[in-house]
Amino acid sequence: MKKSNIGFWAFVLPSFVFFVLVVMIPAVWGLGYSLTDWNGISKEVHFVGVQNYIRIFSQDKDFFHAFTFTAVFALAAVIGVNVIGFLLALLVTSKAKCTTFMRGAFFMPNLIGGILLGFTWQFIFVQAFGAIANATGWKFFANWLSDTKTSFWGLLILVIWQLAGYMMVIYIAQIQNIPDSIIEAAEIDGASYFQRLKHIVLPLVAPAFTIGLFLSLTTCFKLYDQNLALTNGGPFNSTEMLALNIYNSAFKYNELGLAQAKAVIFLVTVAAIGLTQLYFSKKREVEM
Amino acid sequence: MKKKNVISTAILTIIGIVLSVLFLSPILILLSNSFKSLKNIYLNVLALPNADTFTLKNYPEAFVKLDFIRSLLNSLGITVASTVLLLLFCSMAAWVLVRHKTKLSNTIFMIYAAATLIPFQCVMLPLVRLMDTLHMMNRWGLVLMYLGFGSSLSVILFHGFIKSVPVELEEAARIDGCNMFQTFFLIVLPLLKPIMVTVAILNSMWIWNDFLLPQLMINKPGWQTLPLKTFLFFGQFSKKWDLATAGLVMCMLPIIIFYLVSQKHIVKGVAEGAIKG
Repeated sequence: MKKSNIGFWAFVLPSFVFFVLVVMIPAVWGLGYSLTDWNGISKEVHFVGVQNYIRIFSQDKDFFHAFTFTAVFALAAVIGVNVIGFLLALLVTSKAKCTTFMRGAFFMPNLIGGILLGFTWQFIFVQAFGAIANATGWKFFANWLSDTKTSFWGLLILVIWQLAGYMMVIYIAQIQNIPDSIIEAAEIDGASYFQRLKHIVLPLVAPAFTIGLFLSLTTCFKLYDQNLALTNGGPFNSTEMLALNIYNSAFKYNELGLAQAKAVIFLVTVAAIGLTQLYFSKKREVEM
Repeated sequence: MKKKNVISTAILTIIGIVLSVLFLSPILILLSNSFKSLKNIYLNVLALPNADTFTLKNYPEAFVKLDFIRSLLNSLGITVASTVLLLLFCSMAAWVLVRHKTKLSNTIFMIYAAATLIPFQCVMLPLVRLMDTLHMMNRWGLVLMYLGFGSSLSVILFHGFIKSVPVELEEAARIDGCNMFQTFFLIVLPLLKPIMVTVAILNSMWIWNDFLLPQLMINKPGWQTLPLKTFLFFGQFSKKWDLATAGLVMCMLPIIIFYLVSQKHIVKGVAEGAIKG
């Protein structure tokens, strides 16, 4: 018994030590810091109770804006990413030729880091769109990233472009799990393509929708690199998302205690999304 | 009936190819402009470089400004070291957590699983302070942090896989006189190869592309990773699109080559990670 305990810890500890040091200790410590006036410079840190939280809820308009912007953005992106991802999955599992090339093209943006993608799209929106506007005279294409509305759309296009291929891969796996015999039987019975889609494919792909929806939702909530590289929150902080707002509070304004309190609110939001997902996937398992 | 099939196949193929080109177009536009001088970029972004406008001089300059070889080696070293250690440590941990059916191992596994809900921003400030106190604000500190942040998903994936590995083989090995280490490294580890590939791909992708951690941890020029260097480079030369386009293309190249070489494994790994994670 004693010996097997030593063995147990010898195998668990190499991973668990780093995990506790890097994730668990700072997470607990962070809760404490959110109750202080820590500014990162002065050695003295004072306990201020829930004052940071009160400040956030009563007067921090930027945080409130970042929160609602993130929520609205995430909602739009989740719909866009999953609808397009699913349609792409239908396309590449159809009778079309060259589907390997198509899959490769649709999935590739997903592999490239957010910083590189953000700068790439900055070039497209500023320079390429500018060139189109000059050539055609269409004002629609001019100054995309200096307008609050089109900046939102720009960020949305970037994220949909990056994540749609990811969702496609998930949906392909699920579509390919559908037995051919079911589809063939429906075909023989005279079901049209859209009838088959509605009554066979959609219900059988439903479990993957739960995964796809929540995965894209948490990704959009945590978005940072793309936000920083494409707009850096601009123009006039209009596209500043939660993660960037927290980073700026901490390192631009040196209000680390306040930033930590925002991070705790962020944690509660993201954890709530995660637990909702867990609830739904457990419920589905029971049903199945 | 047959004719109708041919037509729909053709239509779907055309739609698909048009969409593929549309998806690739931002990168293609970037690539084509990286071969033009700044003047020609401003003249017309959408024109392809022709015999008069084609130039290769952006690349050597961006190469030097990015300190490309060193940034690449930093990224590569950090990614490989973190991934290899994650594979080793997390497969070990997951194995005993599955095989020891106790309350303790259950609790440890639940802690790993619960931690996936914690967003990075929530631990970032105390963590940076902790690392500063430990004098770990360097590349080793970065590897250490990736070991911590990568372990949740890795342990979960290994845990799920090992549950389906029959225990009889290990029992036979133990009867033949293998100790725990021999059993794990000689018998179990070789069986984990499929999930190893998945875990390795998932971890190396996010570690390679990670920007925020290096931004917080690395303040010495010689230690910067490729994403961090790109960001700083871009801050310096943001109006110099000739250098910027060439730099961006160069930074994308390693990942695109990796993708072309191991597309099948990557796609499988990403799908598995999403569904089981």
